[in-house]
Amino acid sequence: MRKRFVSIWFRYLKTDWFSRRHTHLALVPFVLASPDHGRMVITSMNHWAEAAGACIGMPVADARAIIPGLEVRDDDPAVGKKLLEKIARWCVRYSPVAAVDEPDGILIDATGCAHLWGGEKQYLADIYTRLKSLGYMVRLGMADTIGMAWATARYKKEGVIIEPGQQAIALMDLPLQALRLAPEMAERLYQLGLDKIGEFINMPRSALRRRFGNQIITRLHQALGNEEEFIDPVIPLEPYQERLNCFEPVATRKGIEHALEQLLEKLCGRLSKEGKGIRSCVFTCYRVDNKIQSIGIKTTRAGFTTKHLLKLFENKIEQIEPALGIELFILTADKVEDVLCTQESFWNGTGGLQDKHLSELLDRLTDKFGAEKIARYLPQEHHWPERSFKAASSLDEKPVTTWRNNRRPLQLLARPEKIEVTSIIPDYPPMNFRYKGKLHTIKRADGPERIEQEWWLEKSLHRDYYCVEDEDGRRYWVFRLGHYEDNKKPQWYMHGFFA
Amino acid sequence: MGSVMPAAQAHIIEKLRRDILSLQGLAKPVRQHDWSRGLGPISQAFPNQYFPTSAVHEFLVATAEEKAASSGFIAGLISSINHIPGVMVWIGTKLQVYPHAYKFFGIDPEKIIFVSLDREKDVLWAVEESLKCEGLSAVVGELRGLSFDVSRRLQLAVEKSHVTGFILNHNTSSINANTCVSRWKISHLPSAVYDDLPGIGFPRWQVDLLKVRNGQPGSWQVEWSASKFRFETRAKTVGISERRKTG
Repeated sequence: MRKRFVSIWFRYLKTDWFSRRHTHLALVPFVLASPDHGRMVITSMNHWAEAAGACIGMPVADARAIIPGLEVRDDDPAVGKKLLEKIARWCVRYSPVAAVDEPDGILIDATGCAHLWGGEKQYLADIYTRLKSLGYMVRLGMADTIGMAWATARYKKEGVIIEPGQQAIALMDLPLQALRLAPEMAERLYQLGLDKIGEFINMPRSALRRRFGNQIITRLHQALGNEEEFIDPVIPLEPYQERLNCFEPVATRKGIEHALEQLLEKLCGRLSKEGKGIRSCVFTCYRVDNKIQSIGIKTTRAGFTTKHLLKLFENKIEQIEPALGIELFILTADKVEDVLCTQESFWNGTGGLQDKHLSELLDRLTDKFGAEKIARYLPQEHHWPERSFKAASSLDEKPVTTWRNNRRPLQLLARPEKIEVTSIIPDYPPMNFRYKGKLHTIKRADGPERIEQEWWLEKSLHRDYYCVEDEDGRRYWVFRLGHYEDNKKPQWYMHGFFA
Repeated sequence: MGSVMPAAQAHIIEKLRRDILSLQGLAKPVRQHDWSRGLGPISQAFPNQYFPTSAVHEFLVATAEEKAASSGFIAGLISSINHIPGVMVWIGTKLQVYPHAYKFFGIDPEKIIFVSLDREKDVLWAVEESLKCEGLSAVVGELRGLSFDVSRRLQLAVEKSHVTGFILNHNTSSINANTCVSRWKISHLPSAVYDDLPGIGFPRWQVDLLKVRNGQPGSWQVEWSASKFRFETRAKTVGISERRKTG
């Protein structure tokens, strides 16, 4: 596929940015300066100052002499790159691949994008007017190669779009700086009387290389498209991403849902072909007022069912505030896993934990209540009751040890509760106990079962557990904390109810 | 009006009757297992001697002890009516579970998904959502009260998915009519004494089936031992004061 690139050249990047915040500066000659060898030197200026004769490297004192009323502000060298990066991120609405082109430009890989705006002319016009409304003076160039687009934006007098395959002709009458050469190289060529690219473009390559080295050849080839050049996008390309540009800004829930459904269908279609499923997915909305809003979902098992994923998103759509409207939707699957092909079970109900319906149910529950509310437990090799099981991390995790089959209560109190007991003989089960104001007479009992605290984990006394049954057959799990000692009665606790 | 009903009308009425039965959750079981295998005399109480799966059953629990008893009985019930119990979901507010204990009732604790929520409203939503999920072997919900409308929603959910639902109803003070296919009350019984052995024996319950749609309510004394129910006495089908006419 033939590539198309757009180069944006910010002629007055920093001063435009200052003027955006201090609007009065936009109307007067204005420069940014930083100290150099003990004096203030101009580092950038706006077009009024430029027209009046200021230039980069000129001492501020000289500039003040020729331009009355010149406004001067301190320059911040770090701001340029940050600013370009921000603008490049904003440019994502024009193409997924936008890169910073230091020191004062942005590159956009516009391959296959322009037709969405109705053509390259309208595409560039849109970029131009949008940036202008933000207060940036830009020049644009569009061509098959990065080099050509760069040169067009900066040096072409008329016509900013170089038709496909016309690089060689377009390069002819451009000055040699348009090749992005190192300054000393340009100087040497200039001294030899070569100041237009057309004057040496047809020279034998070997002669050029012998005299000027490899750089000039590389740059020429890059501009002509014989050698590929790569850009480094500000937003890394996600392998699983779908985007939807809108002609008219979308501001209704219905519209957002529709966009999401379309994107999900596209993405899921692709994933199912590759045998992959979504584990985590983000839906990002780019608003007309340059705000970005996003919602995300997670699933317990990789899946590519559009209907199910849409349902998960449903609760979160209301978090998106469309305000004046959304012009671009992007759906990114940031975590993708291979889908395990499980054999369909013959009997429903024995599908077990691999059942697709189950993982979809869990997704819905997790989505609404949070993962911490839902637990599946696995046995752990601890005797201490509170530690004898743990929450499983996933549906596939299998028990590594066996469940204890000795007598345990179905209901376990989160915290043991104090009870009063009457016991006559130490180390025998109590005769009766009072729990929540009710007296229970113990008729039968089993025990004691001593469970020691694991001293390497926590320090506390051991527990002597008894299973007791009262006169009505109700069964309890009670324990005594610690030993009987001479004049101290140990405390008894209620810890659970048996079935 | 003539005494001879046109054939078309008779057909319609027959169809409506069938619809009513299926709306009551008594459609013919989809999976024809030998349901009565583990239920002994209890299965006689149900229509067609089938324990109604794809239906919602209500259990009245007044105290924490009764909740434990009902949980145990339900666990035993699930493992008796399923050849291999599948995944079940247990939903409630502030669950206090000890998963090890389910093993005793023939259920693999790792196949239970516990959902512990804060609000009653959320529990209802989660129960309904789970009952809609095909492939679960059972859903247990702990609720404080079960209104007619809610029970209707749950019933509609199970009719599609054929999941068996068990509701532990904590509100025993004001019991209202609902569409649950049965209403149970499980209470503890002192353990049986074998040859004067010391210690406590197997879990024993007084199982009262207070109402059952199109069936015969009853009352049994049931023991859970060696992974199955044991019935010591013949079913007493009379003398429960709370029994009402149903259906």
